[in-house]
Amino acid sequence: MEKEKVIEIEKLYKSFREKHILRGIDLTLHKGENLGIVGKSGIGKSVLTKCIVRLIEPDAGHINVLGTDVVTCDGEELNELRKKVGYLFQGGALYDSMSVRENLLFPVRRTQFVDRKLDTEELIERSLRSVGLLDAIDKMPSELSGGMKKRIALARTLILKPQIILYDEPTTGLDAVTSGEISELIQQIREEYQTAAIIITHDMKCARIATDTIRIMKEGLFVTEGTYDELSRSDEKEIRDYFV
Amino acid sequence: MTKNRLNVKQLNLKQKLRVNDDTRNFYNGVFIDLGELVIFTGNVIKQLFQPPFEHRELVKQGFLLGNKSFALVVVTGFIMGLVLTMQMNPILSDFGAQTLLPGVIAVSMVRELGPVITGLICAGKISSGIGAEIAAMRVTEQIDAMEVSGTRPLSYVVASRVLATTIVVPVLVILADAFSLLGAFLAVNIFEETSTTLFMNRAFSMLGFIDLFPATFKTVLFGFFIGLIGSYKGYTAGRGTESVGQSANSAVVASSLTIFVIDLIFVLITSIL
Repeated sequence: MEKEKVIEIEKLYKSFREKHILRGIDLTLHKGENLGIVGKSGIGKSVLTKCIVRLIEPDAGHINVLGTDVVTCDGEELNELRKKVGYLFQGGALYDSMSVRENLLFPVRRTQFVDRKLDTEELIERSLRSVGLLDAIDKMPSELSGGMKKRIALARTLILKPQIILYDEPTTGLDAVTSGEISELIQQIREEYQTAAIIITHDMKCARIATDTIRIMKEGLFVTEGTYDELSRSDEKEIRDYFV
Repeated sequence: MTKNRLNVKQLNLKQKLRVNDDTRNFYNGVFIDLGELVIFTGNVIKQLFQPPFEHRELVKQGFLLGNKSFALVVVTGFIMGLVLTMQMNPILSDFGAQTLLPGVIAVSMVRELGPVITGLICAGKISSGIGAEIAAMRVTEQIDAMEVSGTRPLSYVVASRVLATTIVVPVLVILADAFSLLGAFLAVNIFEETSTTLFMNRAFSMLGFIDLFPATFKTVLFGFFIGLIGSYKGYTAGRGTESVGQSANSAVVASSLTIFVIDLIFVLITSIL
Protein backbone atom coordinates (compact mmCIF):
# COMPACT_ATOMS: atom_id res chain seq x y z
CA MET A 1 0.00 0.00 0.00
CA GLU A 2 1.33 3.42 -0.97
CA LYS A 3 2.25 5.72 1.92
CA GLU A 4 0.30 8.93 2.51
CA LYS A 5 1.57 11.92 0.51
CA VAL A 6 2.41 14.94 2.65
CA ILE A 7 3.79 17.19 -0.09
CA GLU A 8 2.77 17.12 -3.73
CA ILE A 9 4.25 19.59 -6.19
CA GLU A 10 3.27 19.76 -9.85
CA LYS A 11 4.85 21.83 -12.59
CA LEU A 12 6.29 24.49 -10.31
CA TYR A 13 7.81 27.52 -12.03
CA LYS A 14 9.67 30.45 -10.53
CA SER A 15 11.70 33.18 -12.22
CA PHE A 16 13.49 36.22 -10.90
CA ARG A 17 13.33 38.77 -13.75
CA GLU A 18 14.84 37.00 -16.74
CA LYS A 19 16.43 34.25 -14.68
CA HIS A 20 14.35 31.08 -14.73
CA ILE A 21 15.08 29.22 -11.49
CA LEU A 22 12.42 26.51 -11.29
CA ARG A 23 11.26 25.14 -14.64
CA GLY A 24 8.37 22.83 -13.96
CA ILE A 25 9.40 20.92 -10.84
CA ASP A 26 7.39 17.84 -9.83
CA LEU A 27 7.94 16.36 -6.38
CA THR A 28 6.19 14.06 -3.96
CA LEU A 29 7.11 13.53 -0.31
CA HIS A 30 5.55 10.66 1.62
CA LYS A 31 4.85 10.40 5.34
CA GLY A 32 7.99 9.45 7.27
CA GLU A 33 10.27 9.91 4.25
CA ASN A 34 13.53 11.87 4.36
CA LEU A 35 14.19 13.20 0.87
CA GLY A 36 17.52 14.78 0.03
CA ILE A 37 17.91 17.40 -2.69
CA VAL A 38 21.37 17.85 -4.11
CA GLY A 39 22.60 20.30 -6.73
CA LYS A 40 25.01 23.11 -7.43
CA SER A 41 24.75 26.43 -5.61
CA GLY A 42 22.21 28.91 -7.00
CA ILE A 43 20.25 26.21 -8.80
CA GLY A 44 17.03 26.93 -6.86
CA LYS A 45 16.97 24.35 -4.06
CA SER A 46 16.25 26.91 -1.34
CA VAL A 47 13.76 28.67 -3.63
CA LEU A 48 11.87 25.39 -3.89
CA THR A 49 11.60 24.92 -0.11
CA LYS A 50 10.66 28.57 0.36
CA CYS A 51 7.87 28.13 -2.22
CA ILE A 52 6.58 25.17 -0.18
CA VAL A 53 5.89 27.47 2.80
CA ARG A 54 5.13 30.44 0.52
CA LEU A 55 7.97 32.56 1.74
CA ILE A 56 8.43 33.02 -2.01
CA GLU A 57 5.38 33.20 -4.29
CA PRO A 58 5.67 30.75 -7.17
CA ASP A 59 4.88 31.96 -10.71
CA ALA A 60 2.92 28.86 -11.70
CA GLY A 61 2.22 25.32 -10.58
CA HIS A 62 0.50 23.51 -7.73
CA ILE A 63 1.79 22.87 -4.23
CA ASN A 64 -0.26 20.74 -1.90
CA VAL A 65 1.03 20.37 1.64
CA LEU A 66 -0.91 18.22 4.14
CA GLY A 67 -4.05 18.70 2.08
CA THR A 68 -3.77 22.48 1.79
CA ASP A 69 -3.26 24.18 -1.55
CA VAL A 70 -0.39 26.48 -0.64
CA VAL A 71 -0.66 28.67 -3.74
CA THR A 72 -4.33 29.59 -3.35
CA CYS A 73 -4.96 29.38 0.41
CA ASP A 74 -5.71 32.56 2.39
CA GLY A 75 -3.56 34.06 5.14
CA GLU A 76 -5.26 32.22 8.02
CA GLU A 77 -5.03 28.82 6.30
CA LEU A 78 -1.40 29.48 5.45
CA ASN A 79 -0.67 30.39 9.06
CA GLU A 80 -2.30 27.19 10.30
CA LEU A 81 -0.35 25.14 7.76
CA ARG A 82 2.94 26.78 8.68
CA LYS A 83 2.50 25.62 12.28
CA LYS A 84 2.66 22.04 10.99
CA VAL A 85 5.74 22.59 8.83
CA GLY A 86 9.10 23.26 10.45
CA TYR A 87 11.85 25.11 8.60
CA LEU A 88 15.49 25.02 9.60
CA PHE A 89 17.31 27.97 8.06
CA GLN A 90 20.90 27.82 6.88
CA GLY A 91 22.13 30.20 9.59
CA GLY A 92 19.69 29.00 12.25
CA ALA A 93 17.87 32.38 12.32
CA LEU A 94 17.71 32.46 16.12
CA TYR A 95 16.10 35.62 17.54
CA ASP A 96 19.23 37.33 18.81
CA SER A 97 17.48 39.55 21.35
CA MET A 98 16.05 36.50 23.14
CA SER A 99 17.68 33.80 25.25
CA VAL A 100 17.48 30.16 24.18
CA ARG A 101 14.51 29.61 26.51
CA GLU A 102 12.71 32.65 25.04
CA ASN A 103 13.53 31.50 21.50
CA LEU A 104 11.73 28.24 22.22
CA LEU A 105 8.92 29.81 24.20
CA PHE A 106 8.19 32.38 21.50
CA PRO A 107 6.48 30.09 18.93
CA VAL A 108 4.56 28.28 21.69
CA ARG A 109 3.23 31.52 23.11
CA ARG A 110 2.52 33.20 19.80
CA THR A 111 0.72 30.22 18.22
CA GLN A 112 -1.02 29.39 21.53
CA PHE A 113 0.24 25.84 21.09
CA VAL A 114 -1.02 23.42 23.72
CA ASP A 115 0.38 19.96 24.39
CA ARG A 116 -2.01 17.60 26.14
CA LYS A 117 0.72 15.87 28.13
CA LEU A 118 3.41 18.48 28.79
CA ASP A 119 3.34 22.02 30.12
CA THR A 120 5.36 24.74 28.36
CA GLU A 121 8.47 24.35 30.51
CA GLU A 122 8.48 20.58 29.97
CA LEU A 123 8.00 21.11 26.23
CA ILE A 124 11.03 23.41 26.11
CA GLU A 125 13.13 20.94 28.09
CA ARG A 126 12.03 18.02 25.92
CA SER A 127 12.95 19.87 22.72
CA LEU A 128 16.33 20.89 24.09
CA ARG A 129 16.97 17.35 25.33
CA SER A 130 16.17 16.04 21.84
CA VAL A 131 19.03 18.11 20.42
CA GLY A 132 21.30 17.47 23.42
CA LEU A 133 21.53 21.08 24.58
CA LEU A 134 19.51 21.33 27.76
CA ASP A 135 22.46 23.06 29.44
CA ALA A 136 22.25 26.01 27.02
CA ILE A 137 18.72 26.98 28.11
CA ASP A 138 19.70 30.35 29.63
CA LYS A 139 22.35 31.32 27.09
CA MET A 140 22.01 34.06 24.49
CA PRO A 141 22.46 33.17 20.78
CA SER A 142 25.68 35.23 20.67
CA GLU A 143 27.21 32.81 23.21
CA LEU A 144 26.57 29.75 21.02
CA SER A 145 28.76 28.12 18.37
CA GLY A 146 27.50 27.57 14.80
CA GLY A 147 26.60 23.94 15.50
CA MET A 148 24.83 24.83 18.74
CA LYS A 149 22.83 27.55 16.95
CA LYS A 150 21.61 25.01 14.42
CA ARG A 151 20.66 22.55 17.13
CA ILE A 152 18.76 25.20 19.07
CA ALA A 153 17.03 26.30 15.85
CA LEU A 154 16.07 22.67 15.34
CA ALA A 155 14.75 22.48 18.90
CA ARG A 156 12.69 25.61 18.21
CA THR A 157 11.31 23.96 15.09
CA LEU A 158 10.50 20.76 16.99
CA ILE A 159 8.64 22.43 19.83
CA LEU A 160 5.51 22.87 17.69
CA LYS A 161 5.69 19.13 16.80
CA PRO A 162 5.72 19.64 13.02
CA GLN A 163 4.69 16.86 10.64
CA ILE A 164 7.19 17.99 8.01
CA ILE A 165 10.61 19.62 8.44
CA LEU A 166 12.42 21.45 5.67
CA TYR A 167 16.16 21.53 6.30
CA ASP A 168 18.05 24.17 4.31
CA GLU A 169 21.68 23.05 4.28
CA PRO A 170 21.71 21.86 7.91
CA THR A 171 25.43 21.10 7.99
CA THR A 172 26.85 24.04 6.01
CA GLY A 173 29.71 25.81 7.76
CA LEU A 174 30.19 23.08 10.37
CA ASP A 175 33.19 20.86 10.98
CA ALA A 176 33.03 17.20 9.94
CA VAL A 177 32.31 15.91 13.45
CA THR A 178 29.51 18.38 14.17
CA SER A 179 27.95 17.92 10.74
CA GLY A 180 27.98 14.15 11.34
CA GLU A 181 26.22 14.70 14.66
CA ILE A 182 23.60 16.94 13.03
CA SER A 183 23.00 14.33 10.32
CA GLU A 184 22.49 11.64 12.99
CA LEU A 185 20.20 14.02 14.82
CA ILE A 186 18.00 14.43 11.72
CA GLN A 187 17.53 10.66 11.67
CA GLN A 188 16.80 10.52 15.40
CA ILE A 189 14.23 13.29 15.06
CA ARG A 190 12.42 11.38 12.34
CA GLU A 191 12.13 8.39 14.63
CA GLU A 192 11.19 10.37 17.74
CA TYR A 193 8.76 12.85 16.15
CA GLN A 194 7.56 10.75 13.13
CA THR A 195 8.32 13.58 10.70
CA ALA A 196 8.83 13.67 6.96
CA ALA A 197 11.64 15.90 5.72
CA ILE A 198 13.21 17.55 2.73
CA ILE A 199 16.92 18.03 3.27
CA ILE A 200 18.82 20.37 1.00
CA THR A 201 22.49 19.65 1.23
CA HIS A 202 25.88 19.75 -0.42
CA ASP A 203 27.26 17.49 2.26
CA MET A 204 27.26 13.93 0.89
CA LYS A 205 27.94 12.46 4.32
CA CYS A 206 24.77 14.15 5.53
CA ALA A 207 22.89 12.88 2.47
CA ARG A 208 24.11 9.33 3.17
CA ILE A 209 23.18 9.37 6.86
CA ALA A 210 19.99 11.43 6.87
CA THR A 211 18.13 10.65 3.64
CA ASP A 212 16.22 7.70 2.21
CA THR A 213 16.23 8.93 -1.37
CA ILE A 214 18.10 11.71 -3.12
CA ARG A 215 17.04 13.86 -6.06
CA ILE A 216 19.61 15.72 -8.09
CA MET A 217 18.58 19.15 -9.35
CA LYS A 218 19.99 20.74 -12.48
CA GLU A 219 18.83 23.77 -14.46
CA GLY A 220 15.60 24.08 -12.50
CA LEU A 221 14.54 20.45 -12.84
CA PHE A 222 15.21 17.12 -11.16
CA VAL A 223 17.39 15.03 -13.43
CA THR A 224 17.54 11.82 -11.45
CA GLU A 225 16.42 10.11 -8.26
CA GLY A 226 17.69 7.20 -6.22
CA THR A 227 19.22 6.08 -2.96
CA TYR A 228 22.72 7.20 -1.99
CA ASP A 229 24.17 3.85 -3.00
CA GLU A 230 22.38 3.78 -6.35
CA LEU A 231 23.38 7.29 -7.32
CA SER A 232 26.97 7.03 -6.12
CA ARG A 233 27.38 3.99 -8.41
CA SER A 234 25.58 5.61 -11.36
CA ASP A 235 26.85 4.95 -14.88
CA GLU A 236 26.85 8.68 -15.56
CA LYS A 237 30.05 10.38 -14.47
CA GLU A 238 28.23 13.68 -13.94
CA ILE A 239 26.00 12.05 -11.32
CA ARG A 240 28.87 10.19 -9.68
CA ASP A 241 30.80 13.47 -9.42
CA TYR A 242 28.32 14.78 -6.86
CA PHE A 243 29.32 11.92 -4.55
CA VAL A 244 33.10 12.31 -4.77
CA MET B 1 30.85 59.18 -41.65
CA THR B 2 27.06 59.08 -42.22
CA LYS B 3 26.98 55.78 -40.43
CA ASN B 4 28.89 57.28 -37.52
CA ARG B 5 26.54 60.26 -37.34
CA LEU B 6 23.57 57.92 -37.27
CA ASN B 7 25.14 55.99 -34.48
CA VAL B 8 25.61 59.16 -32.47
CA LYS B 9 21.95 60.07 -33.10
CA GLN B 10 20.86 56.62 -32.07
CA LEU B 11 23.02 56.85 -28.97
CA ASN B 12 21.50 60.21 -28.02
CA LEU B 13 18.02 58.81 -28.54
CA LYS B 14 18.87 55.78 -26.45
CA GLN B 15 20.21 57.99 -23.68
CA LYS B 16 17.06 60.14 -23.79
CA LEU B 17 14.90 57.02 -23.63
CA ARG B 18 16.96 55.70 -20.75
CA VAL B 19 16.50 58.96 -18.84
CA ASN B 20 12.74 58.77 -19.52
CA ASP B 21 12.73 55.16 -18.34
CA ASP B 22 14.61 56.11 -15.18
CA THR B 23 12.17 58.94 -14.50
CA ARG B 24 9.21 56.64 -15.15
CA ASN B 25 10.73 53.97 -12.92
CA PHE B 26 11.30 56.55 -10.17
CA TYR B 27 7.67 57.73 -10.24
CA ASN B 28 6.40 54.15 -10.55
CA GLY B 29 8.61 53.27 -7.59
CA VAL B 30 7.19 56.11 -5.49
CA PHE B 31 3.59 55.11 -6.22
CA ILE B 32 4.27 51.41 -5.71
CA ASP B 33 5.97 52.28 -2.42
CA LEU B 34 3.00 54.41 -1.36
CA GLY B 35 0.53 51.68 -2.30
CA GLU B 36 2.53 49.07 -0.38
CA LEU B 37 2.77 51.40 2.61
CA VAL B 38 -1.03 51.80 2.64
CA ILE B 39 -1.50 48.00 2.58
CA PHE B 40 1.19 47.60 5.25
CA THR B 41 -0.53 50.25 7.43
CA GLY B 42 -3.86 48.43 7.09
CA ASN B 43 -2.26 45.12 8.10
CA VAL B 44 -0.49 46.70 11.08
CA ILE B 45 -3.70 48.36 12.32
CA LYS B 46 -5.48 44.99 11.97
CA GLN B 47 -2.75 43.32 14.04
CA LEU B 48 -3.20 45.88 16.84
CA PHE B 49 -6.62 44.35 17.59
CA GLN B 50 -5.70 40.67 17.21
CA PRO B 51 -4.63 38.58 20.21
CA PRO B 52 -2.24 37.57 21.63
CA PHE B 53 -1.41 41.13 22.73
CA GLU B 54 2.25 41.78 23.43
CA HIS B 55 2.07 43.97 26.54
CA ARG B 56 5.60 43.10 27.67
CA GLU B 57 7.08 43.83 24.26
CA LEU B 58 5.14 47.11 24.14
CA VAL B 59 6.50 48.21 27.53
CA LYS B 60 10.02 47.07 26.60
CA GLN B 61 9.99 48.91 23.28
CA GLY B 62 8.42 52.00 24.85
CA PHE B 63 11.13 52.09 27.48
CA LEU B 64 13.97 51.42 25.02
CA LEU B 65 12.79 53.93 22.44
CA GLY B 66 11.96 56.61 25.00
CA ASN B 67 15.18 56.09 26.86
CA LYS B 68 17.17 56.30 23.63
CA SER B 69 15.89 59.77 22.79
CA PHE B 70 15.16 61.21 26.24
CA ALA B 71 18.50 62.96 26.85
CA LEU B 72 18.72 64.46 23.36
CA VAL B 73 15.12 65.68 23.44
CA VAL B 74 15.30 67.39 26.85
CA VAL B 75 18.69 69.00 26.15
CA THR B 76 17.46 70.25 22.76
CA GLY B 77 14.24 71.55 24.34
CA PHE B 78 16.14 73.32 27.11
CA ILE B 79 18.60 74.97 24.71
CA MET B 80 15.84 75.99 22.32
CA GLY B 81 13.88 77.68 25.09
CA LEU B 82 17.04 79.41 26.29
CA VAL B 83 18.18 80.56 22.84
CA LEU B 84 14.71 81.60 21.68
CA THR B 85 14.28 83.76 24.77
CA MET B 86 17.70 85.37 24.38
CA GLN B 87 16.99 86.13 20.72
CA MET B 88 13.50 87.51 21.28
CA ASN B 89 14.11 89.53 24.44
CA PRO B 90 15.83 92.51 22.74
CA ILE B 91 13.18 92.68 20.00
CA LEU B 92 10.25 92.60 22.42
CA SER B 93 12.06 95.09 24.70
CA ASP B 94 12.22 97.56 21.80
CA PHE B 95 8.43 97.46 21.65
CA GLY B 96 8.05 97.48 25.42
CA ALA B 97 6.44 94.09 25.25
CA GLN B 98 8.91 92.19 27.43
CA THR B 99 6.10 90.86 29.62
CA LEU B 100 4.80 88.91 26.66
CA LEU B 101 8.03 86.95 26.36
CA PRO B 102 7.04 83.85 28.44
CA GLY B 103 3.74 83.59 26.58
CA VAL B 104 5.37 83.96 23.15
CA ILE B 105 7.91 81.26 23.97
CA ALA B 106 5.23 78.95 25.37
CA VAL B 107 2.97 79.35 22.33
CA SER B 108 5.75 78.89 19.79
CA MET B 109 7.20 75.90 21.62
CA VAL B 110 3.93 74.12 22.37
CA ARG B 111 2.30 74.82 19.01
CA GLU B 112 5.15 74.35 16.57
CA LEU B 113 8.76 74.09 17.61
CA GLY B 114 8.45 71.48 20.37
CA PRO B 115 6.46 68.95 18.31
CA VAL B 116 8.37 69.47 15.06
CA ILE B 117 11.89 69.50 16.51
CA THR B 118 11.15 66.53 18.77
CA GLY B 119 9.51 64.77 15.83
CA LEU B 120 12.61 65.30 13.71
CA ILE B 121 14.90 64.08 16.50
CA CYS B 122 12.74 60.98 16.89
CA ALA B 123 12.75 60.45 13.12
CA GLY B 124 16.55 60.51 13.25
CA LYS B 125 16.97 58.37 16.36
CA ILE B 126 13.92 56.12 16.60
CA SER B 127 12.75 55.63 13.02
CA SER B 128 16.24 54.88 11.74
CA GLY B 129 16.87 52.55 14.69
CA ILE B 130 13.66 50.63 14.05
CA GLY B 131 14.41 50.51 10.31
CA ALA B 132 17.92 49.17 10.85
CA GLU B 133 16.89 46.67 13.53
CA ILE B 134 14.04 45.14 11.52
CA ALA B 135 16.14 45.14 8.33
CA ALA B 136 18.87 43.24 10.20
CA MET B 137 16.23 40.76 11.35
CA ARG B 138 15.14 40.39 7.72
CA VAL B 139 18.72 39.89 6.50
CA THR B 140 19.44 37.23 9.15
CA GLU B 141 16.14 35.47 8.27
CA GLN B 142 14.67 36.05 11.75
CA ILE B 143 11.52 37.56 10.22
CA ASP B 144 11.26 34.62 7.81
CA ALA B 145 11.68 32.22 10.74
CA MET B 146 8.78 33.94 12.52
CA GLU B 147 6.66 33.84 9.38
CA VAL B 148 7.21 30.14 8.70
CA SER B 149 6.32 29.18 12.25
CA GLY B 150 3.00 31.04 11.98
CA THR B 151 3.91 33.51 14.72
CA ARG B 152 2.79 36.63 12.81
CA PRO B 153 5.88 38.87 13.05
CA LEU B 154 3.87 41.85 11.85
CA SER B 155 2.03 41.80 15.15
CA TYR B 156 5.00 41.05 17.43
CA VAL B 157 7.75 43.05 15.73
CA VAL B 158 5.90 45.87 13.99
CA ALA B 159 2.63 46.55 15.81
CA SER B 160 4.34 46.70 19.22
CA ARG B 161 6.92 49.20 17.95
CA VAL B 162 4.33 51.36 16.19
CA LEU B 163 2.16 51.45 19.31
CA ALA B 164 5.22 52.21 21.45
CA THR B 165 6.29 55.19 19.32
CA THR B 166 2.68 56.43 19.20
CA ILE B 167 2.72 56.62 23.00
CA VAL B 168 6.35 57.65 23.55
CA VAL B 169 6.69 60.53 21.06
CA PRO B 170 3.89 62.68 22.60
CA VAL B 171 5.47 62.11 26.04
CA LEU B 172 8.84 63.21 24.68
CA VAL B 173 7.24 66.31 23.14
CA ILE B 174 5.66 67.23 26.48
CA LEU B 175 9.08 66.82 28.12
CA ALA B 176 10.74 68.94 25.43
CA ASP B 177 8.10 71.65 25.94
CA ALA B 178 8.61 71.54 29.70
CA PHE B 179 12.39 71.79 29.43
CA SER B 180 12.14 74.58 26.87
CA LEU B 181 10.08 76.58 29.39
CA LEU B 182 12.76 75.86 31.99
CA GLY B 183 15.40 77.15 29.55
CA ALA B 184 13.26 80.21 28.83
CA PHE B 185 12.80 80.84 32.57
CA LEU B 186 16.57 80.80 33.09
CA ALA B 187 17.12 83.12 30.13
CA VAL B 188 14.46 85.56 31.35
CA ASN B 189 16.22 85.63 34.72
CA ILE B 190 19.47 86.62 33.02
CA PHE B 191 17.83 89.89 31.93
CA GLU B 192 15.65 90.54 34.97
CA GLU B 193 14.73 88.62 38.08
CA THR B 194 11.34 86.95 37.59
CA SER B 195 9.55 84.63 39.98
CA THR B 196 8.52 81.14 38.81
CA THR B 197 4.87 81.89 39.52
CA LEU B 198 4.88 85.10 37.48
CA PHE B 199 6.72 83.39 34.59
CA MET B 200 4.31 80.46 34.55
CA ASN B 201 1.27 82.72 34.83
CA ARG B 202 2.45 84.78 31.89
CA ALA B 203 3.37 81.67 29.88
CA PHE B 204 0.10 79.81 30.39
CA SER B 205 -2.12 82.88 30.09
CA MET B 206 -1.44 82.88 26.36
CA LEU B 207 -2.00 79.15 25.88
CA GLY B 208 -5.50 78.00 25.07
CA PHE B 209 -7.22 74.72 24.26
CA ILE B 210 -6.76 75.45 20.55
CA ASP B 211 -2.98 75.45 21.11
CA LEU B 212 -2.81 72.31 23.24
CA PHE B 213 -5.22 69.88 21.59
CA PRO B 214 -4.07 70.02 17.92
CA ALA B 215 -0.42 70.12 19.04
CA THR B 216 -0.84 66.99 21.16
CA PHE B 217 -2.90 65.20 18.55
CA LYS B 218 -0.36 65.84 15.82
CA THR B 219 2.42 64.42 18.01
CA VAL B 220 0.39 61.21 18.29
CA LEU B 221 0.37 61.08 14.48
CA PHE B 222 4.10 61.91 14.39
CA GLY B 223 4.75 58.97 16.71
CA PHE B 224 2.55 56.62 14.70
CA PHE B 225 4.25 57.47 11.40
CA ILE B 226 7.77 57.46 12.86
CA GLY B 227 7.21 53.88 14.04
CA LEU B 228 5.29 52.84 10.95
CA ILE B 229 7.74 54.18 8.36
CA GLY B 230 10.77 52.81 10.22
CA SER B 231 9.09 49.42 10.46
CA TYR B 232 7.97 49.47 6.84
CA LYS B 233 11.45 50.31 5.56
CA GLY B 234 12.98 47.57 7.70
CA TYR B 235 10.32 44.99 6.95
CA THR B 236 10.62 45.46 3.19
CA ALA B 237 14.43 45.57 3.21
CA GLY B 238 16.44 43.55 0.72
CA ARG B 239 18.54 40.52 1.58
CA GLY B 240 22.01 42.08 1.55
CA THR B 241 23.75 43.76 4.47
CA GLU B 242 23.76 47.09 2.61
CA SER B 243 19.97 47.12 2.87
CA VAL B 244 20.29 47.67 6.65
CA GLY B 245 21.94 51.05 6.09
CA GLN B 246 19.59 51.89 3.23
CA SER B 247 16.54 51.12 5.36
CA ALA B 248 17.78 53.30 8.22
CA ASN B 249 18.59 56.13 5.84
CA SER B 250 15.33 56.05 3.90
CA ALA B 251 13.37 55.73 7.15
CA VAL B 252 14.84 59.04 8.38
CA VAL B 253 14.15 60.83 5.09
CA ALA B 254 10.60 59.52 4.71
CA SER B 255 9.58 60.09 8.33
CA SER B 256 11.07 63.61 8.40
CA LEU B 257 9.11 64.53 5.27
CA THR B 258 5.97 62.97 6.72
CA ILE B 259 6.37 65.07 9.87
CA PHE B 260 6.52 68.24 7.80
CA VAL B 261 3.48 67.22 5.74
CA ILE B 262 1.41 66.36 8.85
CA ASP B 263 2.50 69.63 10.46
CA LEU B 264 1.49 71.59 7.37
CA ILE B 265 -1.93 69.92 7.31
CA PHE B 266 -2.47 70.73 11.00
CA VAL B 267 -1.39 74.34 10.55
CA LEU B 268 -3.88 74.70 7.70
CA ILE B 269 -6.67 73.07 9.73
CA THR B 270 -6.02 75.14 12.86
CA SER B 271 -5.76 78.36 10.86
CA ILE B 272 -9.19 77.63 9.34
CA LEU B 273 -10.60 76.87 12.80
